Amino acid sequence: RDFNERCAQCSDVNWGLTDGGRFYCRSCHNVTERTREVVNTDFISNTRIQTISKGLRKQKKNDSSCEWYVCEGFQLILKKQAEALEALGVCPQMKDEVLCNFWRCYLQKSQQAYCNRPAAETVKALSVCDSSTDGDSEPERPSLLHLLSLSESEGDLQTDCSFASSTSKVSESTSAYSGSVDGSLYLMKNQKETLRMTMPMTLSFCYMALLWLREPMTLSDLLRFVVEGHIPYLNVFQHFPEKMKLCGLDLKIFCVESWPVYEEVYNKMLELAAFLDLPRFPDITDSCFLHPDMLCMKYLMEANLPDELHTWTCRVVKKICIGEADFLTLVPGNKSTRKVKYDVLAAAVIVVVLKILFLLDDHYEWLLSDFAEERNKNNKEGGPYFEFKKWYTVVKCSLDVEQKKLDEERAKYLWRCEKPLFYSAKKKSKVLKRRQMVVNLQNQFGKLSGSVRPAEKPNPSSFQLSWSEENTDGSCFHGHSLKGILQEKCGLLTALNSDYWLCTVKLCTEKLCGHLAHYREVDFPQTYHFVLRLFSFLLRIQPSYIHDEVCVVEHKLFNKKLCKKPKCNTVLRK
Amino acid sequence: HEEKLNFKKSKEVCLSYIQDAMLQKQWKRAAEFFTSYVESLEKDFSREYVSPSEIIWRVGSEILCHHSHGSVKEFNSFIEQMKTLGIRRYLKVCLEHAFHLLCNGLIDEAYQNLSLAESWRFGEQTVIQDKEMKLIQAYRGLLDYYNWSKQKNILLEHGQDGFDDLSVEHEMHSCFRKAAVSLKEIIKVPGVWDLFVKCYVDLLEFYGDHNEARQVLNEYAYNSKFPANPNAHVYLYEFLKRHGESKKSLISALKILHDIVPSHELMIDFNTMLQKSKKRKKRQLGLEVIFAALDYAGWKENVKAWNCLARQMKQIVISEKHLDWIKQEWNSRKDWWPAFHFSRYLAKRNWQKNESLSYEKALVAGILLGKECKYFKYVSHQGCKAQMKRFRVLKKFMNKHSLVYLRISG
Repeated sequence: RDFNERCAQCSDVNWGLTDGGRFYCRSCHNVTERTREVVNTDFISNTRIQTISKGLRKQKKNDSSCEWYVCEGFQLILKKQAEALEALGVCPQMKDEVLCNFWRCYLQKSQQAYCNRPAAETVKALSVCDSSTDGDSEPERPSLLHLLSLSESEGDLQTDCSFASSTSKVSESTSAYSGSVDGSLYLMKNQKETLRMTMPMTLSFCYMALLWLREPMTLSDLLRFVVEGHIPYLNVFQHFPEKMKLCGLDLKIFCVESWPVYEEVYNKMLELAAFLDLPRFPDITDSCFLHPDMLCMKYLMEANLPDELHTWTCRVVKKICIGEADFLTLVPGNKSTRKVKYDVLAAAVIVVVLKILFLLDDHYEWLLSDFAEERNKNNKEGGPYFEFKKWYTVVKCSLDVEQKKLDEERAKYLWRCEKPLFYSAKKKSKVLKRRQMVVNLQNQFGKLSGSVRPAEKPNPSSFQLSWSEENTDGSCFHGHSLKGILQEKCGLLTALNSDYWLCTVKLCTEKLCGHLAHYREVDFPQTYHFVLRLFSFLLRIQPSYIHDEVCVVEHKLFNKKLCKKPKCNTVLRK
Repeated sequence: HEEKLNFKKSKEVCLSYIQDAMLQKQWKRAAEFFTSYVESLEKDFSREYVSPSEIIWRVGSEILCHHSHGSVKEFNSFIEQMKTLGIRRYLKVCLEHAFHLLCNGLIDEAYQNLSLAESWRFGEQTVIQDKEMKLIQAYRGLLDYYNWSKQKNILLEHGQDGFDDLSVEHEMHSCFRKAAVSLKEIIKVPGVWDLFVKCYVDLLEFYGDHNEARQVLNEYAYNSKFPANPNAHVYLYEFLKRHGESKKSLISALKILHDIVPSHELMIDFNTMLQKSKKRKKRQLGLEVIFAALDYAGWKENVKAWNCLARQMKQIVISEKHLDWIKQEWNSRKDWWPAFHFSRYLAKRNWQKNESLSYEKALVAGILLGKECKYFKYVSHQGCKAQMKRFRVLKKFMNKHSLVYLRISG
């Protein structure tokens, strides 16, 4: 609190707190001997440090529950998520240092802790003043209906008015009903002033930490692991200690009714980075996993495309300068540069390369394939030439199977857990009865469905589709050569195809409609759609997102030609 | 466009998988997805048009009915849970449960269920679900009738043996009382209650209350609030016939039936009665009726019907009166009846399968189309060749009246 001394080593005033409660300088990581008074609540192992002015936590008369604050809940969740990530192979630094410090910084900036007057204090004021009549200095009592109607991006929880009416009687005298101390106040907070913590934001925190450490996990990987259950998200409140009771408005904060969307998590991450005033993130260099060259290699493998395509992707990356550290590295707060989505970018580059080589206009690629097939007949030495047709058949088959599996998994997904939540004590018995009935029905019909529900989740893996060169059926195309579709010109191998079509002549303004381009399946060739579909499956995002990125890459690549204002058609000659 | 996969959307997709599986009779697969769908009970979709609980009740019932491992015991336990789910649907679920038990031959269980449901009270819901309650009482009454019927048969048997079984008699009467009250109630409500009416009338007749029975049947047939129901008229007719009512009332009972269902099998009886009537109008109606019946494909090979028509037409031709009746009927049929009834192919077929049929038809064909028509020519030729007397008679008859057809079609 108000520690304004200059650091002995770097003379900077930029302090943080270590686990042990000592101050350390954020700029040079010099740890001081100065400590703070700590009021240990000792029910979260990652001790939460409170300011003294907050006072001791009140223990309720019955020891089965105690007071807790919303941010403590989120802290627990983050801890669980970090542990899960560690189990997946992420370095322990992430949990112990990076994420921890980000979180503390957030708490400080949003005035929930580590500062003079944590916002939660006003809650006490609220409950104390319930009998007083003056309304000037008192903060407005939250109207329950108002709180319930606040729409949040993740709060699809459709609270019907019956909840409101049943709990309104309770809330008359005290703050609006919630298990946490500041649940109602939390929801009332103005989003713009303080970046209010939400469930999707926990993933933003995680991703931010991963990015800081340049871990080999993209955002799409992270989100996929969440859906597959390797990272706690959906019913993570189950892991709260017994004493932390969740009810009432807590549900609106901690209950998740939908899977996190890539865009949402990503944008929140950017907001968060800016909010925390973070400096430039560690550089993404060409030896990093997240660098387009690396990711392209990975995705090429997963898409069962020839390794030789990698040279082409590297060429494109180099040509449009997206391999530079300055372009790739995140600088929070800098609004002028477009932020990089590494996974989407890499996929887009591959799509562009495919378009360069195969045109993908539902016509040329098949002709070229036949041509390669012909050449393959005379091809004696080396590996076989790559034939688009064969690749398409093999990959489409696998993709359809996997997609179908995925769709069925999604349909069969179980959202609820053993520890159901309920809005109020009145609702508790009804909720528990329902839960019991659901379990009974599941048992009854589960027997009829024959198969026992597999209790284990699928093993987490970085690759969703894998192709083995050992297969003699020729279904792996990694080693295939592109020579079948290239020609020699002046000693260099260039593409036979000399045309290219742009996905869009002009990019939209993102600010106006939120997108750079608008993708409609019917407007584009089917092969193009197939390629988008493939990466859409791998990254678990909508094809239109990839399409947007493809447009951007194309515009960068053909920038000069575009500036010349082509006559009419969008087919360019390279 | 957002593909935000949330709980609601996930369950919608799940439901569509269940529906697909059910349509393809893949019960195991349906059960698999259903196991996941039941979760939607835990979220209250009070704004939805059809709540998940109703879907779960209906889909679950279907799966249990058709799945090879679905036993009645399982079904029962499932339904008991469904009863507790939605209070607004309680009686409906009870009723359908009873139906299911009846379909499986568990009559006593069904009776218990219905009685239990009958005694259910739940504030204003009892008033709201009044219709279902009436149905439950009606079906319970029906089962009472069934019991009564059993007792009656026992008594009759014992009666033959000379035994006098008072307890059975007592039981029988008590069943009668219970049944009569309920059945009477439901019949009051406009609707189609064939089974209940039949049973009720049966009870009344047994105890000799013919007036009440007649009244009930009249109401059922003639009350305009009730939907048009051919069976109502059939029941009334049969009742009147049983009690030896006059031809006049029998005819009036069948008149509406003819209007509603001209192809009804009772049209033969109707025509027979009408033919014999002294009133001209009735006889003409008879002709109308039999022609109308034979318009239907189901009657094409009905010897009795052709016999009626042939008899009446022959009688008209011989008397030389009222040929215009035939003319009137033939007018709308002359374009299509020849191909429909009197083709050469049919002549051959009818002769092969059933020569009585071909005889009757030949007579009609001869009158309507003349003796040179394909049908008559073939059949009479075959008949004479086979040296059957009546065909010779027929030939003679047609020779005598060979120009009748011109007068009819002219």
